Amino acid sequence: MAAQALNVDKKTIWGGAFPPFRASYGKMMMWFFLLTDALTFTGFLTAYGFARHMYPHVEGDPNSWAVAEEVFTHFPFLEGHHPLLYVALMTFILIMSSVTMVLAVEAGHRNDKKGVTTWLALTIVGGFIFLGSQAWEWYHFIHGTAEGVVKPIIENGKEVVKHVHGANLLHNEYGHPLFADFFFFITGFHGTHVLSGVIINIVIFVNVLMGTYEKRGHYEMVEKVGLYWHFVDLVWVFVFTFFYLI
Amino acid sequence: MTAHSHKKDWLFTYVFSTDHKMISKQFLFTGFIMGFIGMLMSTFFRLQLGWPGESFEVFKMFLGDWATEGVLNPDKYLALVTMHGTIMVFFLLTGGLSGTFSNLLIPLQIGARDMASGFINMLSYWLFFLSSVVMLVSLFVEGGSASAGWTIYPPLSALPQAIPGSGLGMTLWLISMTIFIASSLLGSLNYIVTILNLRTKGMKMTRMPLTIWAFLFTAILGVLSFPVLLSAALLLVFDRSFGTSFYLSDIFMGGELLPYEGGSPILFEHLFWFLGHPEVYIVLLPALGITSEIVSTMSRKPIFGYRAMVGSMMAIGFLSMIVWGHHMFVTGMNPFLGAVFTFTTLLIAIPSAVKVFNYLTTLWKGNIKFTPAMLFSIGLVSTFISGGLTGLILGDSALDINVHDTYFVVGHFHIVMGLSAVFGMFAGVYHWAPKMFGRMMNNQLGVAHFWLTFASAYGVFFPMHFLGLAGVPRRYYTNSNFPLFDNFVDLNELVSIFAIIAAFAQLLFIVNLIYTAFRGPKATRNPWHGNTLEWTTPVEHIHGNWPGEIPEVHRWAYDYSKPGAENDYIPQTVPLGPDEEDEGGH
Repeated sequence: MAAQALNVDKKTIWGGAFPPFRASYGKMMMWFFLLTDALTFTGFLTAYGFARHMYPHVEGDPNSWAVAEEVFTHFPFLEGHHPLLYVALMTFILIMSSVTMVLAVEAGHRNDKKGVTTWLALTIVGGFIFLGSQAWEWYHFIHGTAEGVVKPIIENGKEVVKHVHGANLLHNEYGHPLFADFFFFITGFHGTHVLSGVIINIVIFVNVLMGTYEKRGHYEMVEKVGLYWHFVDLVWVFVFTFFYLI
Repeated sequence: MTAHSHKKDWLFTYVFSTDHKMISKQFLFTGFIMGFIGMLMSTFFRLQLGWPGESFEVFKMFLGDWATEGVLNPDKYLALVTMHGTIMVFFLLTGGLSGTFSNLLIPLQIGARDMASGFINMLSYWLFFLSSVVMLVSLFVEGGSASAGWTIYPPLSALPQAIPGSGLGMTLWLISMTIFIASSLLGSLNYIVTILNLRTKGMKMTRMPLTIWAFLFTAILGVLSFPVLLSAALLLVFDRSFGTSFYLSDIFMGGELLPYEGGSPILFEHLFWFLGHPEVYIVLLPALGITSEIVSTMSRKPIFGYRAMVGSMMAIGFLSMIVWGHHMFVTGMNPFLGAVFTFTTLLIAIPSAVKVFNYLTTLWKGNIKFTPAMLFSIGLVSTFISGGLTGLILGDSALDINVHDTYFVVGHFHIVMGLSAVFGMFAGVYHWAPKMFGRMMNNQLGVAHFWLTFASAYGVFFPMHFLGLAGVPRRYYTNSNFPLFDNFVDLNELVSIFAIIAAFAQLLFIVNLIYTAFRGPKATRNPWHGNTLEWTTPVEHIHGNWPGEIPEVHRWAYDYSKPGAENDYIPQTVPLGPDEEDEGGH
């Protein structure tokens, strides 16, 4: 917007007929939307904390909270024990996709169509790799270990002691069932955000290719989806911290 | 012009309109239709509570299967109570109130051509409409509508097999509320950015009418609290449909242990009330804003303590986010935490008292014009005081425990939140009907409507305090099963009689509103001699609000009866005189 070029004092800026935060209404709406989304995630993560404190990890108790380092130990094409290595890699890829997004937005400021195309394409690729990695992570969590664990579960209205392999919404080989419930729910909810982010990025990408924003004279749409993309990455940092590190 | 394009014009002017004035009317009528249905429900269950177990012809007419041979079924009593609460809180007082007046007044009073995004505004209305339809459809499904109370506490809401209303009715409730949350959030985003970005030249924040401040804080509260309700609802959906145990643990049903392990319903209560308490102020703040405007205009005096009014709204908004625990004092909460919530809750009394003081001092020695709008505004001040005082009792954990879940609570929140907000809404409709419809509402009918409503509303809710102090529990199908409460048969009947009178009194309003909308006498441009910008627009609605340039603003909105001035009002568009000072600026 033209507002960015102007230099005005504080009195004018709030005096009407001027966007006080020097942002278009669309960009501000995106910020406030992200605030609402952040609060939804806050609700989930608070709920997670609630359960986490109710069932602290107890060594040897198959129904206490699971320890992430003992659950997520696989790495594609590698044998052996690699705790948290893969999730670190996918986190790195997601954060790198934020970097490419920043570069796309920056290219947009210069009205550099070729730059926007390249960096946005890389962002989309990063998003897909993350989604694939998450699917892989889920796959291993659901299948569990070959040996499994023997623990009491509720079946057909009674409590029975059974062999449990892997985790789902009802049982969890690695610890308390709520760990699996929250893991699937929150990473799933975040994954849905990544997926929608990738889809929106693709739509914008097509628009960039068709020259929509070049005709418009500015690439603010890229900036707006950029905000969303950074937000999704930021949320992952919290999800990652909550589930894998503490 | 061809017939086709004419038809299209009609569709986009009246149905898929992006004009804020039309959307505001759509919200008004949808909200009032929902409110009317909610009110009917309340008279139905008041009939049951006043004369327990009796057969009523009206039940046969309206309720069908829900009342076997004209006697209301116990599980359907719960359905009625649940739907009454849901409809009144969300559809009438959140969607209806805020949707109507934020849409009408924000662009008009800040001097904007329309909302920042007309399309998102339209989307917000149509999502609201859709959620209303889904909510009403849920009344007709097998098992009936949701019956777990408007707070839908698990496990009743989380186990589809728990009671008839926990099945499809509950699912539809959740779908409807999810759509409603989307609608409310889109609306709020629009209100906030419109107020921040689209004020006309000279409309400093400190010159905004208090209505706009109220809508701004309402929208911010909505943006901060509704997403958390969404979290709570989504977790509930997973418990209901996918077998997770977020809110459930150790439940036996029919001798069988259900496969839920480890969850806690208290978690839901925390998430729910984190929305639930700010929701009270989402409902109340617009009404307080409308009242501020009307009290000042109709007593021909500047509002007393403009800055204090804004500050107290801000304080109420902030405090409302940190008091949710006072709804949960009996959940086994740590007494220390209870004390903290008591402290923050009682703090709200300070900004609330500031507001009441300012209303009274604005009225003091004013040249008061008792229009229906003014009467309802004064009525709001009254209910805000009498409901607020019992809030002190309920906010204190030591006292609350004794009256928790009794009629005392029902009396309290209906007066302080229900009546106040409804009065604010009525006041707004009477005051701004000339702007909405270009026609004046009938004064005599309005005055009659006020006195009947005011007297019968107190008649309904005031005795409830005594019932509650005597221990009569809320949500019970009948009180006649307990000899302890036999003394209160008369009082219950009295309450029900007043409820019926109150319901009939609303017919006066409906007749008045519909007649006004189509046939009422034409309004002049500025019938109340108000200062704010909406009265500078033409009576006939035009797209873009002002035919020429948007007027520039030179002063605050409350220059009434200014000494030395020619008229007893000076519109905001009049430039400051050489020896005049802008009152809003300091």
